[in-house]
Amino acid sequence: MKLKYLIPLIGFLSLAVLLGIGLTLNPKVIPSTMIGKPAPEFNLPLLGDNASRFSPVDMKGKRWILNVWASWCVSCRYEHPILNELAATRSVSIVGLNYKDTAVEAQQWLAERGNPYIATPADVKGSAGIDWGVIAVPETFIIDENGNIIFKFSGPITRKLVTEEMWPLLSAKTSSSGGAQ
Amino acid sequence: MKVLVITLALTFLALSYPMQSYAVIEAVEFDNPSHEARYRTLIDELRCLVCQNQNLAGSDAPLAKDLREITANMLKSGSSDKEIKAFMRERYGDFVLYEPPFNAATAFLWLGPFILLLGVLIAIIMTIKRKQNDELFKPTHAMDEAERVRVRNLLSDTPELDSNLQSKRNSE
Repeated sequence: MKLKYLIPLIGFLSLAVLLGIGLTLNPKVIPSTMIGKPAPEFNLPLLGDNASRFSPVDMKGKRWILNVWASWCVSCRYEHPILNELAATRSVSIVGLNYKDTAVEAQQWLAERGNPYIATPADVKGSAGIDWGVIAVPETFIIDENGNIIFKFSGPITRKLVTEEMWPLLSAKTSSSGGAQ
Repeated sequence: MKVLVITLALTFLALSYPMQSYAVIEAVEFDNPSHEARYRTLIDELRCLVCQNQNLAGSDAPLAKDLREITANMLKSGSSDKEIKAFMRERYGDFVLYEPPFNAATAFLWLGPFILLLGVLIAIIMTIKRKQNDELFKPTHAMDEAERVRVRNLLSDTPELDSNLQSKRNSE
């Protein structure tokens, strides 16, 4: 029983496993501090309609998506068809926070690619983005009936993400809204 | 050994000294010089979220610019360094700090090296202890007088052998 000769091997293997996990992690994924917290407040004029405003409190009692986007954002182009599809095929409210954009370019983008949003508050200075901890657009949040953030994703959403992670959360509203605090 | 220790100490010092890096960033006017010094320290210690290996001072990303502006404005309105860091952490998590705070998630990160060092020290001490108790180094039986004399003769012969060799070599 020369078990002690196995110690270096065990040490090497555990280090290899640790480093392996480290290498396969995506360094761009920063753990969100927002999950489980109340959605930060803002009150912003709608894109191209300065008379109307949008605030997250308007959505109280609903489960909804906040999608942060900009016309200058390249990866937003990849997720836009998925947002359009989601808005067309499932009953869900998507609000598009237009981040650091110009009204002309943003409106042109929506005219060209379709508008999946029920409202598009314009965060020209990006201050709402900072309050929501937005690092790089696109970012997508799901907010529950009580106004708490229950999901956050950085980067373009995919169909797989919608069906596997987002839709289960979004469709859970009928069962959990009865027990809302 | 001494050289090694000094080299290690110098390397450690060099590595632990905070790297100063400033990109071409906008000038911020402060009425209070202490605010400016704190501003410099803060933007040095806060990480740019977009280009992750740069601090706010070294980044020209738009978000870094906004966060510098917020830092400066919070300083001017009398916020403490702690409040500014709390503001950032609330939004971007511990990741925004270059020096991670000590908590359950980072305990291994902070204590790991010391645990490893302790483990290595224990292993070294145990190895030395075991070597000292090794049978090879223990007297197997008491020597009698005849053996002592033999050993003494053998030992006293050696120099002669050496000098014989020496003279042989010299003559070659």
